[in-house]
Amino acid sequence: MTDAPTPVLTDPEANQEIHQRFKKEYAAGFISDIESDTLLPGLNEDVVRFISAKKGEPEWMTEWRLKAYRSWLEMVEPDWAHVQYDKPDFQALSYYSAPKSMADGPKSLDEVDPELLRTYEKLGIPLHEQLMLAGVAVDAVFDSVSVATTFRDKLAEAGVIFMPISEAVHKHPELVKKYLGTVVPQRDNFYAALNSAVFSDGSFVYIPKGVRCPMELSTYFRINEAKTGQFERTLIIADEGSHVSYLEGCTAPMRDENQLHAAVVELIALDDAEIKYSTVQNWYPGDEEGKGGIYNFVTKRAVAHTNAKVSWTQVETGSAVTWKYPSCILKGDNAVGEFYSVALTNNYQQADTGTKMIHLGKNTRSTIISKGISAGKSQNAYRGLVRMNPNAAGARNYTQCDSLLIGDQCGAHTFPYIESKHPSAVIEHEATTSTVSDDQLFLCRQRGIDTEKAVSMIVNGFCKEVFKELPMEFAVEAGKLLELSLEGSVG
Amino acid sequence: MISISNLHAKVEDKPILKGLNLDIKPGEIHAIMGPNGAGKSTLGNVLAGRDGYEVTAGSATLNGKDILALEAEERAREGLFLAFQYPVEIPGVSNLEFLKASVDAIRAHQGKEPLDSVSFLKKAREKIKAVNLDQSFLKRGVNEGFSGGEKKRNELMQMMMLEPSLCILDETDSGLDIDALQVVAHGVNAMRDPNRSFIIVTHYQRLLDYIVPDYVHVLADGKIVKSGGKELALELEEKGYSWLESEA
Repeated sequence: MTDAPTPVLTDPEANQEIHQRFKKEYAAGFISDIESDTLLPGLNEDVVRFISAKKGEPEWMTEWRLKAYRSWLEMVEPDWAHVQYDKPDFQALSYYSAPKSMADGPKSLDEVDPELLRTYEKLGIPLHEQLMLAGVAVDAVFDSVSVATTFRDKLAEAGVIFMPISEAVHKHPELVKKYLGTVVPQRDNFYAALNSAVFSDGSFVYIPKGVRCPMELSTYFRINEAKTGQFERTLIIADEGSHVSYLEGCTAPMRDENQLHAAVVELIALDDAEIKYSTVQNWYPGDEEGKGGIYNFVTKRAVAHTNAKVSWTQVETGSAVTWKYPSCILKGDNAVGEFYSVALTNNYQQADTGTKMIHLGKNTRSTIISKGISAGKSQNAYRGLVRMNPNAAGARNYTQCDSLLIGDQCGAHTFPYIESKHPSAVIEHEATTSTVSDDQLFLCRQRGIDTEKAVSMIVNGFCKEVFKELPMEFAVEAGKLLELSLEGSVG
Repeated sequence: MISISNLHAKVEDKPILKGLNLDIKPGEIHAIMGPNGAGKSTLGNVLAGRDGYEVTAGSATLNGKDILALEAEERAREGLFLAFQYPVEIPGVSNLEFLKASVDAIRAHQGKEPLDSVSFLKKAREKIKAVNLDQSFLKRGVNEGFSGGEKKRNELMQMMMLEPSLCILDETDSGLDIDALQVVAHGVNAMRDPNRSFIIVTHYQRLLDYIVPDYVHVLADGKIVKSGGKELALELEEKGYSWLESEA
């Protein structure tokens, strides 16, 4: 263990007093009340140690975090993205908050934001799920607990490991030690370093050799995933010849209070393995005037070994600012990388998203299909890198990058970076920009379809190539979600 | 069916329709002919409620309802259908999806439940066959990559699906070869019904060989300057429009 101060104070009065003193003496201190442990704002080595200690982590893990923290100190926040926002004050954030107990949540749906309920309603989410999503403390959620248990049994039978990464640190330290940080190193970038130092929790998945995971893995079925906080860390390892499909996110807007989210996702597809990773992100985008909303600064990267395949599919409709580039390192020969993306921005939202395809092995192939939709006063940028390294003989990439504009006050931007160091590599890039035209809207209206439905139909049509990559039920909800996100975008 | 009285309309501040009168009874087919720039297409767009076409005077009632006060989609739900001269493409939205949304919107307006998928699909297959298009067109994006003739047939197919009470065909015959023309004419004739009326806007007499109108009107400079029976079309074919313009 470390020599870090880890006071857990249970006497509220003493707590108050010491709290005051801590506040004076240290930039960061700890408060603790009966229901939850929350760190005072600020970040230093003690805070990192505290987080690690709270989770009862072994020393190697603590040291790993500290190394990341020390790297982070030397780094500066990147500003090359096509987004503008007030930089967060990292010393003003709190880096640890124990999961709140259910008792803290609203007692019934009457206490939940009616706007949020209206959204759930429109998405057609069943009542017991609405309760769970809204964090209402009721027994109704036990339905899904039993579902989760059934699923766990089935997974265990197949030898699949699917658990919180905090648990994996204890139960499968050899796997975590071997792979954590191998795809996204601690000092990869500013946010990744921050995440490495203070990550709260996330998913750990291991699929044994030759196993085809018997079901789609979803955070939804991991109840303890519910409040992982702002620094999520996910590690998925598909051993040789295995196959897994992972769904991230729930498709109902989460009104998260956290301003900054900096997650890291690492995927490792060993020889002949296949990983399909689907995301629907719809965090709070801020209001119509652009107030509030989440900053989503995420590092997602995969490494694909010989004959392996990694496929990223994302539908991004939420967050005030998005900075995200799910990438593939095609390390082994014949490895395949895919990126299918729909990014929708409305009102004052800003998104700078895309991918990186790094071709290292021979005959590696990658496909990028990006659909950007801008409405309102939003700014939507695609940024993508395709790199063919000197050994990537016969490598191929196809990129298609389409932008759809709704209204005349939004912006769409495309920043493709192409580097080819092998003469036999083939790179194709196609880009289009279109608008939802008055003629299209009039055709729909002349056939009795109102403007809002028409816009949503046209936008869904625009995204079809990406939606067909999503698991069925996800695709349906993603469609509805676009409809919701576009509400009021056409006068 | 529809009664248009003293209709004035302008586009970008330019007056196009200047006092148009037209009365169409249920079951009738009226052909509207006239030189370029007379306001033929404007009439269809004004009646259908397209943005940018501003009515400055006059009235139009469809089955007794003042349609000029309604939104474009409401007019469509009231039974007004405009077959476009240049049908636009909607990539990625399949014909089926589009038609279902359209049929259901109109049914909802009539207080009916959405059409069940089986009946809908059966009807759609029947109608696409009736306009001589392959079944695969149902799954393709609306007009996406269709040839000119295929687009026009697709318009006709939509008209058959929606069963409107007033059909306005805006130069549907332009750019059609003789085979496609016959398909369109056959479709319109099959839809003739005592409770359905047609306004056929055309430049040429040719279409009227196949769709025999009850009345022919000549539109020049925003007004109807001459009306007659089907024989008027033949006269126009022979003599052109200039003699009428000088009359007007």
